Amino acid sequence: MKNVIVYSTSTCPYCRMLKDFLKENNIEFVNYDVGIERDKLEEMIKKSGQMGVPVIDIDGEIIVGFDKVRIKETLGI
Amino acid sequence: MNYELVIIGAGPAGITAGIYAARKNMDFVILTKDIGGQTLYSWDIENYLGYQFITGFELVEKFKEHIKNFNVDIRENEPVKDILKDGNGFMLITDKGAYETKSVIISTGRRPKELNVKGEKEFKNKGITYCATCDGPVFRDKNVAVIGGGNSGMDAVLQLSRIAKKTYLVEIKNDLTGDRFVIDKIKNLPMVEVLTGAEVIEIYGDLFVKGMRLRYKRNFIDINVEGIFVEIGSIPNSDIINFVEKNRYGEIIVDCKNHTGYSGIFAAGDVTNVFAKQIIVACGEGAKACLSAFEYVSRL
Repeated sequence: MKNVIVYSTSTCPYCRMLKDFLKENNIEFVNYDVGIERDKLEEMIKKSGQMGVPVIDIDGEIIVGFDKVRIKETLGI
Repeated sequence: MNYELVIIGAGPAGITAGIYAARKNMDFVILTKDIGGQTLYSWDIENYLGYQFITGFELVEKFKEHIKNFNVDIRENEPVKDILKDGNGFMLITDKGAYETKSVIISTGRRPKELNVKGEKEFKNKGITYCATCDGPVFRDKNVAVIGGGNSGMDAVLQLSRIAKKTYLVEIKNDLTGDRFVIDKIKNLPMVEVLTGAEVIEIYGDLFVKGMRLRYKRNFIDINVEGIFVEIGSIPNSDIINFVEKNRYGEIIVDCKNHTGYSGIFAAGDVTNVFAKQIIVACGEGAKACLSAFEYVSRL
């Protein structure tokens, strides 16, 4: 199983869509609320080179935004 | 496949049109970038009938739930790139293919307007954002600026004032233009500084935004901010068609039955010149556009 990390904020609609999408597809993931967890915000910025949310890390592959097509491809679903 | 109708866009106007088309048993498809459009970003909605208070995201969920019952073919992630005339009908081009149809409803909404200043492209998503609802919490305890003193700018200030260390509100005109009730609220917030008559000249930084230069009271001033929220209005997504009449803002001109000047092409919601860009208005416009398209197709 792939290691999936989501960086999100509580208010962002695309973050919710992304998380709902992962749940619907039974993909287990760890979610960090970067509005609260500052160290995770720094980690997200370091990984993605930018500050927009959501960011998803799938086994080290970083995708910015809810890019359903790329996420599906990367997850192999 | 020759459809009777293709609806482009699935915001409030497009979804409503879809529900009406399904109830009329039309042969149709919805092609769209996403479901919800600008409504997704609305933080609090208090003027949509049936709800005292609902967030944009939740309202879109309700819309989705409603249309789901009609088994409508909605193709997400498939925005239309071009609309071509094709005999008596039209050919719609997307990245995934071409669609033939007898009629079209354009309900593609609007997108945020950009500042068009030095540094904007370079620092997009690196401190500059167009969605306070999404990215606001990222700037906790930092200095930020909101550009634009209309209602959406002031809404962003209200959200950010609870999160950021200090929030500047920068407006190019000499007065704020939003609702007076909100202006009074903002002027009384302790960590908010309002700069009216201030024009953004440049945004700068290293890897991320560090500050910006303004022309303010005939001087140049620099303010140190790490987040810049651009809320200077929106522009219609009307570039996909070049053979209907548009006004000077680029909005597609429609009559009271949502006809454009071109037979078979209808438009609805915020992409049009309709008065009042409101969710409830867009829904009504979507309904009208579909009824007009149905009437048109029935007479062919």
